[in-house]
Amino acid sequence: MTVNLDGMQTQPPVVLEAVGLHKAYGAREALRDVSVAVRAGERVACIGPNGAGKTTLLTILAGIQRQDAGTVESRAGRAGWVPQALALYSKLSVAENLRLFARLEGVADLDATVERLLEQTGLRDRADERVERLSGGNRQRVNVAIGLLGDSPLLLMDEPSSALDARQRERLWQHIGALVGAGKTVVFATHILSEAERYADRVLVLADGERLFWGAPGDLEREVGAHRDLESAFVSFLRQRGH
Amino acid sequence: MRSLLAKDLRILWRSPFLLALLVIYPLLVAALIGLSLSRSPDKPRIAFVNEVPAGQEFSIGDQTFDFSFTERRLREHAEPVRADSRREAERMVRDGDVLAALIVPSDTVQKLDSTLDSPQLEVLVNERDPVKARLVDDAIEAAVADANRRVSRALTRTSIEYLNLLLDGGRVNVLGNEFTVLGLKRIGDAIESARRRLPRGSEERRALDQVLTFNRLATENFGLSARALSAISEPIRVEKQAVEGSRVPLTTFAAAVAVAISLMFVTVILAAGGLALEREQNAFTRLVRGLVSRGRLLAEKAAFAVAGSVPLTLLMLLAVSAFVPTEWDRFHLWALAVLAGAAAFAALGTLVGALAREVQTASLLAFTLLLPVAFLALVPDGVLSPALHDLTRVISAAFPFDPTLDAVTAALYGDDSMLGPLLHLTGLTVGFGGLARLAVGRLG
Repeated sequence: MTVNLDGMQTQPPVVLEAVGLHKAYGAREALRDVSVAVRAGERVACIGPNGAGKTTLLTILAGIQRQDAGTVESRAGRAGWVPQALALYSKLSVAENLRLFARLEGVADLDATVERLLEQTGLRDRADERVERLSGGNRQRVNVAIGLLGDSPLLLMDEPSSALDARQRERLWQHIGALVGAGKTVVFATHILSEAERYADRVLVLADGERLFWGAPGDLEREVGAHRDLESAFVSFLRQRGH
Repeated sequence: MRSLLAKDLRILWRSPFLLALLVIYPLLVAALIGLSLSRSPDKPRIAFVNEVPAGQEFSIGDQTFDFSFTERRLREHAEPVRADSRREAERMVRDGDVLAALIVPSDTVQKLDSTLDSPQLEVLVNERDPVKARLVDDAIEAAVADANRRVSRALTRTSIEYLNLLLDGGRVNVLGNEFTVLGLKRIGDAIESARRRLPRGSEERRALDQVLTFNRLATENFGLSARALSAISEPIRVEKQAVEGSRVPLTTFAAAVAVAISLMFVTVILAAGGLALEREQNAFTRLVRGLVSRGRLLAEKAAFAVAGSVPLTLLMLLAVSAFVPTEWDRFHLWALAVLAGAAAFAALGTLVGALAREVQTASLLAFTLLLPVAFLALVPDGVLSPALHDLTRVISAAFPFDPTLDAVTAALYGDDSMLGPLLHLTGLTVGFGGLARLAVGRLG
């Protein structure tokens, strides 16, 4: 929420808008008429059971694959992208991976950017180590760091914390929080509902390719009645909707 | 693109097993081919045993055969290796020191002298390898045919000499005694002279007329017989003309095959593996969402494969040149042929890489595709039915192996023009590049 000069609250501008997205893989419909508008500085969690269409939606928003119908409009240029599976070269070192993608991104100050990301991800000590020798958590940190290289105002992340332990997850979300504080918009998919509850401003619930809910996490809990947390509210919500 | 190329070369450098395989494989192929070429010449090695007792000779007219001539005939078609006995020859064949043994039995001269029975040469061969057995059959049949032709010519020449003696007369030596043979022509002259002295119409003159007629007929027909004998001593002669391609030495052809095979495998596997690696490591989606266009990514993979395979192949050619006579002033043509072949193989490799998701699948796909292609291209003309032959020609023409082999052979030996194979390779590079671009466009 921002405040204008007259003291009136105004909505931040929409930086990413998808309308009526439809995608099918053969006979299977992965997305059915899904629309979403993400405002600047928001943290949006995309949640849903397996096969709900979360990754399909994010890859369409990231421009990796095309929708069969509907439109996507991004006012944030090319979004930073953190795929679910590690997308880096295991034979290269941490610094070499960052340097390569920074060069391909056309980053102006290459060395400073790589240094900054090594610092932010806490991988400075492992900078010269090959990725294949890192733990799963550290690999994922490199994966996230590569997504941040382009310094895009919009970051799309597909289950970024899935391979991390609790301490690393905490660190990752601190980092993402700092990015949002600096004005970035983050859209992420997750299976860990406590993360959505703690870190998302809005949640998008997908099931069988359909948008079932779009609003604040608290609204979802309110919609299904008293529950101890978002996870139990989410399960009840899905059951109510026949999923 | 330079960043990606440097990255690929760095990854290759950090994959010691793959690197060793890529370096050692072509060098090993070169060394194996070189050694086999230097040890095994164009002619098969055949043991030769002459059991005819020393001093026994066979004469036709004034020409004497001592059966070492069979060995000399054999030398034209094979590399004869002297064996002292039948047992030694058998051992040599069994141990693989020679492909076969040719034995001239001890009764050969007697059988030739008897004229009732033909001598039989014996051939020992190890039939375990049908290709080698075929080589031996060809060499020995050619050698024996040569020997038969030589004996036949000697017989014909002697027969013609006797015919000429009967016609023209002359001196002849029989069992050490010299005789003068008058000859049909001079007999005719003598009869004619006697006939003229006889009264016209006499009984004796009419009888001599008949003798003269017979003499004239005999003289004319003996003359024809001499020419006919000359003709049948070698009734059919062969004149060979190459209507397509030039006769390339076997060693050069083998070197070109080795180069083409190594270039094919190394280039296709590097290009296919390089592209499949991007997908296996999930970097493909990161790259193609605005960092690198799909076309440029394919071009980079092709450049990576060419950069890796061309130096290795040229290194291999240098290794082969230690065994095969080489013309160094044609090095630029070698490089051109290898480069054109590598470009076409790289384009094919990117197509394979676009079809396979993992490096292992790409390598397997490359091997299963390339081995039959190379095999089909090396099937000699004339061993398949016309329809099958046409099919193999079409398949071979659709892949870069055959034109690469032609280009490298032309570059190494130089009788044929390189232009055709180079244009063919350019077309295949464009074709496979286009197909790869279509295939990579479908990847998510």
